[in-house]
This record gives sequence, C-alpha cells and structure tokens, in this order.
Amino acid sequence: MEMKKPFERIVADHGATVLRVCRAVLGPHDADDAWSETFLAALKAYPALPDDANVEAWLVTIAHRKAIDVTRARSRHAIPVAEVPDRASTIGVPGEGDTELWDAVKNLPAKQRQAIAYHYVAGLPYADVAAILNGSTDAARRAAADGIKTLRATYPDVFQTGETR
Amino acid sequence: MNAIQTDAETLTRLHARLESDAARDSLLDVTYRTIDTPLGTLLLASTERGLVRVAYAIENHDRVLDTLATKVSPRILRSPRRLDDTARELDEYFAGARTSFDLPLDFTLSHGFRRSVLDHLPQIEFGHTESYAQVAQAAGSPRAVRAVGTACATNPLPLVVPCHRVVRSDGSYGQYAGGAEAKRMLLQMEASRLAA
Repeated sequence: MEMKKPFERIVADHGATVLRVCRAVLGPHDADDAWSETFLAALKAYPALPDDANVEAWLVTIAHRKAIDVTRARSRHAIPVAEVPDRASTIGVPGEGDTELWDAVKNLPAKQRQAIAYHYVAGLPYADVAAILNGSTDAARRAAADGIKTLRATYPDVFQTGETR
Repeated sequence: MNAIQTDAETLTRLHARLESDAARDSLLDVTYRTIDTPLGTLLLASTERGLVRVAYAIENHDRVLDTLATKVSPRILRSPRRLDDTARELDEYFAGARTSFDLPLDFTLSHGFRRSVLDHLPQIEFGHTESYAQVAQAAGSPRAVRAVGTACATNPLPLVVPCHRVVRSDGSYGQYAGGAEAKRMLLQMEASRLAA
C-alpha cells in the first residue's frame, strides 16, 4: 500500500517547480501570492487526495486556478495611474536572462503562457495540460508551439543557449 | 547560480508564510523541528494538543515522520511553532538545570496498557530508577513485566516521559529506544547530578 507522505516533503519536492510555473504564468511579482495560495489550498485538501494521484499535476491544477484568482483580484483592484511606480523586486535581483524571459513570456496570450508553463516548466504531458486548460490535447500542443514560436522570433537572445525541442 | 540562490531564499520565505497561513487556518495538524543534544539530533513533533513525538536519530527521522503522517495526520510542516518550550526544557535538562518536564503532552500514539505504563513513568524521579516488575505493579498488572518492556520500547515521548529510568531487576540497564549507550549516559548523568 502506498502511504501518504508528510506534506513537508510535498513542499520540498515540488515547491521550486510550482514557483517557476507561477512566475511563468503571472510574472515574478504575483507569483509569490499564487504560490502561497496554492500550497495553502493543497495542505487543506491533502488528506483527501488519493494515494496514487499525480501530485505534480494536482499542484499545477491548483496553481492554475489560484493564478486566475490572483489575476482577477489584480484587475479588480487596479487603479489607473499616469506613470507606473518602481517597485522593489520580491525575488531579489534576478539574472539578466531571467528578466528578459519573464518579459517575453508575460507578453504572450494567457493560453499560450499557461500551456508553456505547464508543459515546459512543470513537465506535464499535453494530455494533463489539456485537462487543466479544459480543452483538447491538440489545442494545448498548438498553444504551446505558437507561444514558443513567438518567443523565438521576438526574443532570439533568450533561446540562443536553449534546447531545440 | 545567482538565480538558484534567489530561488532558495524565496522558497524559505514562502515556507515561513505557509506556516503562518496554515496556523491561522488551523491546518497545522503536526509541526516538527530538530534540536542538537549530547545524545545526537532529536526530532520533536507537536499537535495542537501538545508534544506527540520525541525521536532519536537511530529511529530514522524520515520514517518517524512517515508514521506520524499515517497515524496522526499527513498535514505535517517543519516549523518551530508550538515547540519552543519543548526545545528550551530539553536544553535545560541536558544542561543540568531541570529535573522534570512541564509540557502539554499528546498521547495519541499510545493506547491501553502501554498508556497506563507511560502515565506512571513521570512519578519515577530524576536520578532514581524502578525495575520493569515494579512498574508493572504500579501500572496495575504485576505479571505484565514483558508488556512493560514493550511499553517502554515503544514510548513515543522518550526523555520527557522517562522510560530510561526503568531498568532490569538485577540492576543492569536493559534496552532503550535511543540505544543502550544513550540510556547508560542518561542514568549516569542523572545519578551524578543528584550526588553533586
């Protein structure tokens, strides 16, 4: 019988991946809130999770919903300003390449951003990505491919050392 | 490299935030931390009711946490919450400044006769010992000498519930969850403090 691991081990094993997924979908500023909401909701639901469940897919599914919540809350509370004020980075000083990549990903349509985050960052198969996005496997694959194509075309520097899958 | 460092710091901060959010929402079923002692690293685990487990390194802390996940709750986070008093009292005990513990205890992991044995053990004072037979008598089953041995061996709260003060009738130390050597060190330390 598969036994349920202590939740601390879930955080240790998947915390970094979920953080990268949240950053890819939301950008670095809102990623912290989404990560916190995701793991709090996961902790609450954890005892009822089937022992044979794919924990990473489960966490990414929660992160997907929480990211949408964070985005909605942000747009509700957004106040138009003439000039966007500078804001302290919540992730320290990221490497140059990281910043470019966040910017690049941030400008993609939501579906493409999500498909890239869940497939390339979380490593989920397109069937799981499709289930999270409520669409077909083909649509998920196409969204990711379209997003990657845009990234390559617009920000070739980001990909100069990257792989070519 | 820089980005990796940054991630680790962010995750440490997010973990702390998860601990407080979970405490606020009453989702912290079990918290745990470790402390360094003269007998090696000890794992301390607590529920909302009190200290639920003290474990020596030779018991394998990962396996102890797995058991807590199964028998108490899988909602387990590493957090110093609820364990400050325990850590302080154990430090004082090892420093010779404390001879008994004053902590809320959660006996979830212990039932029946074993529990009756554990209830009696705190009455054996610092620096003193009782035989397995004496404890069997005190726990209400004079013939259950072997069961007393089992109750001591499976004590979820060693040190705080002083099963190390139960020895063989011939005066030899007998077995201990933390190893026979740890039991010898504890009894000699307590005896020498008492003599001083």
